Amino acid sequence: MDLAVIPRNLHFLLGGLVLTLELAAISLLGGFLLGILMGLGRLSSRKWIYYPATLYVNFFRSLPLILVIFWFYFMVPIIIGRPLGDFLSAIIAFIAFEAAYFAEIVRAGVQSIPQGQVMAGYSTGLGYYETMRNIVLPQALKNMVPPIVTQCVIIFQDTSLAYVIGLKEFLRRIYLVDSRELRSVELYLFAGFVYLVFCSIGTITSRRLEKRQIGR
Amino acid sequence: MLSYDFDWSVLWKHPYGRWMLEGIWTTITLSSLAFCIAVTVGLMVGVFRVLPNRITRLIGGSYVELIRNTPYLVQLFFWYFGLPSLLPQASEKWLYDHVPSLPYWTGVVCLGVYTASRVGEQIRAGMLSIPTDQYQAAFSTGLTTYQTYRYVIIPYAIRIIIPPFTTEFLTCFKNSALTMTIGVLETTGASYLIDSYTWHGLETTTAASVVYIVITLCVVLLMAWVERRIHIPGMIARGR
Repeated sequence: MDLAVIPRNLHFLLGGLVLTLELAAISLLGGFLLGILMGLGRLSSRKWIYYPATLYVNFFRSLPLILVIFWFYFMVPIIIGRPLGDFLSAIIAFIAFEAAYFAEIVRAGVQSIPQGQVMAGYSTGLGYYETMRNIVLPQALKNMVPPIVTQCVIIFQDTSLAYVIGLKEFLRRIYLVDSRELRSVELYLFAGFVYLVFCSIGTITSRRLEKRQIGR
Repeated sequence: MLSYDFDWSVLWKHPYGRWMLEGIWTTITLSSLAFCIAVTVGLMVGVFRVLPNRITRLIGGSYVELIRNTPYLVQLFFWYFGLPSLLPQASEKWLYDHVPSLPYWTGVVCLGVYTASRVGEQIRAGMLSIPTDQYQAAFSTGLTTYQTYRYVIIPYAIRIIIPPFTTEFLTCFKNSALTMTIGVLETTGASYLIDSYTWHGLETTTAASVVYIVITLCVVLLMAWVERRIHIPGMIARGR
């Protein structure tokens, strides 16, 4: 064991951690917004909205993330005729992929709201958009918070897959340091530890929120 | 506009067709073997977490937290790059020289251990969801402990656990694609390899995507059928 390898490369590794956090934050925000649209689409009674949304969700949920990343990094540039760059293609892949999972969270959240609430909304003269915006979504969001926090943890872990296209996020930098210093055990234990700390915060938060909701 | 020369024949031309088929076969065997490990270990972890014993609960709980809160890729690299270097030099060299399918077996074990944490949670949730009335009712009709489990609890538990197990198997199946990072030529790895030989990645990646979608669909349909077959009237039915 030679733990000195970590302080020696700490600056380089922290840079990767920042990039990982950036990736996670952007994918989270984008994925969630697209996920709301897709989730509501899955609940729509209009067939031309329902079927495309369902197809989207099921399509992305049956592909491995690594394949989706390949699609946006190698294949989409061929189709559109210009490269997207590693950061942009990773971001698009993450947003497209995570949106499918968020859509299911949103759908379950909205379905947890009793039908009476929607009827009450309509009967006071509100339209679909206003009912959703002012009555259903605020209540549903509260129910959705624990699974959303869990999904944040998953997204944070998933960003490590950007490794495959050479994006220098945390895991890729660990790998680079390892190939120079040949200290696999220390470096991967350290990587695991860092991810563990960040993810545990998320997991504990999610569990707290869940307990508080049951207690309500 | 799209200036790309489609040549779908790379999917069956020699030797690429064989690589692709071998890739699909590797994906199937790797994820199935890993899932067997996951169920065995997961059963232990799940039972550990509901036993009325603080130490087993601590062990089960730490296992789940440790595995679930670190990315699968980090675990895979640790198992593949890290662990062998802890061995004495001679045996490390022997391992790399004499076990040609080392990445494959590392992938199986690592994926199994990873999925076990998720399966364990599902098993725990399944066991906790069986109402205590069931036990009391079974005991009060004079069944022994063995009979209670054999005829009342287990048949009940299996039906509760099938839908989440289907999901977990599919997650395991998709996660198997990550083993390409340590050099296993499963479906994604094979499509990537053919791409680097032929520059026809669009065809191979499409083929790989179709493979994943078709297998997922088959598993979902099969399990929905199984659920319908063993459905107990009066229990909440899912997957219909």
